[in-house]
Amino acid sequence: MRRSLVPLLLLLALLAAACGGNGSKTDPAGAAGQEAAFPVTLDSPGGKVVLDRRPERIVSMSPTATEMLFAIGAGPQVVAVDSNSNYPKEAPTTDLSAYQPNLEAIAGYKPDLVVYSDDPGELAAGLGKLGIPALAEPAAARLDDTYAQIDQLGRATGHPADAARLTATMRAEIAKIVAAGRPERPLTYYHELDKNLYTATSRTFIGQLYGLLGMENIADAADKDKSGYPQLSAEYVVKADPDMIFLADTRCCGQSARTVAARDGWDQLKAVKAGGVVELDDDVASRWGPRVVDFLKTIAAKTQALEAVGS
Amino acid sequence: MTVTERRPGHDAPLAPRPRPARLRAGPLLAACGGLAAAALLAVLVGPVRLAPGAVLLELAGRLPLVHTHSGLSQQEAAILWQLRLPRVVLGGLVGAMLALAGAAYQGVFRNPLADPYLLGAAAGAGLGATLAIAYGPDTSRSTGAPPWGSPDPSGWPVDLLPMAAFAGAVVAVAAAYALGRSGGARSTTTLILSGVAVAAFLTAIQTYVQQRQSATLREVYGWILGRLTTAGWREVVLVVPYALVSTAVILLHRRLLDVLAVGDDEASSLGVRAARVRLVVVAAATLATAAAVAVSGLIGFVGIIVPHTIRLVAGSSHRLLGPLSLVAGAAFLILADLVARTVMAPAELPIGVVTAFFGAPFFALVLRGSRQAP
Repeated sequence: MRRSLVPLLLLLALLAAACGGNGSKTDPAGAAGQEAAFPVTLDSPGGKVVLDRRPERIVSMSPTATEMLFAIGAGPQVVAVDSNSNYPKEAPTTDLSAYQPNLEAIAGYKPDLVVYSDDPGELAAGLGKLGIPALAEPAAARLDDTYAQIDQLGRATGHPADAARLTATMRAEIAKIVAAGRPERPLTYYHELDKNLYTATSRTFIGQLYGLLGMENIADAADKDKSGYPQLSAEYVVKADPDMIFLADTRCCGQSARTVAARDGWDQLKAVKAGGVVELDDDVASRWGPRVVDFLKTIAAKTQALEAVGS
Repeated sequence: MTVTERRPGHDAPLAPRPRPARLRAGPLLAACGGLAAAALLAVLVGPVRLAPGAVLLELAGRLPLVHTHSGLSQQEAAILWQLRLPRVVLGGLVGAMLALAGAAYQGVFRNPLADPYLLGAAAGAGLGATLAIAYGPDTSRSTGAPPWGSPDPSGWPVDLLPMAAFAGAVVAVAAAYALGRSGGARSTTTLILSGVAVAAFLTAIQTYVQQRQSATLREVYGWILGRLTTAGWREVVLVVPYALVSTAVILLHRRLLDVLAVGDDEASSLGVRAARVRLVVVAAATLATAAAVAVSGLIGFVGIIVPHTIRLVAGSSHRLLGPLSLVAGAAFLILADLVARTVMAPAELPIGVVTAFFGAPFFALVLRGSRQAP
């Protein structure tokens, strides 16, 4: 019942966003007026962040935030991004580690804004002592969080209209994919995070994206403590025999349709026999930025291809 | 340095007891019975429910001259033969190797806290595995996988990881041994300390590589946590040769290990060359440990708990300790893995959690019981 509401809501959102998008396109003067609106006050999990003027030396410690910043046209204001920020190509990737952030190294770039997703230690507190504004954009739990983060980064960097346009486009494209991509019968799937069979359930951000396409996650039964990321038994995966297997461990762990077919007992699986094993880009499948649209497109294309073979 | 100085007071179980050194069949038969029961239970129970009768029929059908129809579907047969059975067998092998290696290390070093990882085997294996994951050719990273395309099809025909882990463990222990000997001192303490130094050094390198290649973190930790989750017959085949060789060597030396227990000087006065026995047994135990670690990651606790439990129950003579540790270690890890894969089914629990959670209280109970007894 709830799931069937999702596309409808998306469609409504699309209509609303489309109108808004048109407005901003036909009114560049208005957009420019918005972009001058500093100081801004932003809500961050670490507390309120006040920016007096448009930041021109941004350091991003989050690959997803990096993708968002470049997608809303704030790329030229970014001076450094962490070692895992490998997209887009023009992002100024550095040795900065997001796992063990080095305050001095970050401060060395003389940032006027630092964006991060996780604070493993005293990152935010340390930056606060140095008087550097730090904005947290933590892992999104829902697609709405993604839109909210893009909007917030738009306001933070002086690109609110670009951000609004981006979210409108994303909503529109996702609505289109969802409208076209729902299979007649719900396909079951298994989303692999590593070869020890860690997976994500339908509660997770990535799981909700599959849910948009009407797919059913085989891991939900295994997630009794609601962590969202259980480790499955191989026996269970074989028994559940999902229609599709999505590999989000192609880069980290060298998995492929070939290695999956070579696993003991897995040659029996429907997905292996019928070409339902899909090799994803680990990065795209683990970030909550603008490329979730690409992710959904890939999933929709692969499910449709599988159905075409099946019918 | 005298023998008494080298021994802390609490390791009384290690002192040779005036027991008849004859290998009695009773305890060994009991242990084998326990192992058989554990293995059978582990094959019958799993996250996917297979009818026990059908499983037994299916198993019996593989015996020569027996033809049965079990009624298992093709899928269920695959679950039994390809997933559950190799996992039970591998769990047994790994448990047996770790327990036997632990017993051997404790005997050789006359130290109750010695475990199979004492001389740096864990750190070496960890570094080997990390290097294989970070720089090995069998990944799509080396060629830069296209976003949705298929990774490098020219991957290695064999999985590099277990071999690198195996090599790392062997090299680490060899280095510790060379270092400990070149110190000139004959005491085992030097050897243990050089093991500590080697382990710290290798762990430093491993952490550095991990830090440089943070994309590999997930896989490295997945390996370190220890797993039988993806065990198959390939891993079993990989372990068996080393298991056979090291078991044979250690069991053949068990009488000499008993002599060693009285101290190097006393042993040499009895005509036993202590350094040589130590080298051979350590080499064999290291092979066993390296093979176990290579396929299952780092599973702690088995190598300490099982031999000590045997000592408390059946005495410390290596004539009985070796074979009993072998069998009990196998049974213990099979049961631990059974818990790991069923208690939260169909989700898995890391096996290290189970071995420590159930092993430690059980060991404490045995310890208490043996203290109360005169």
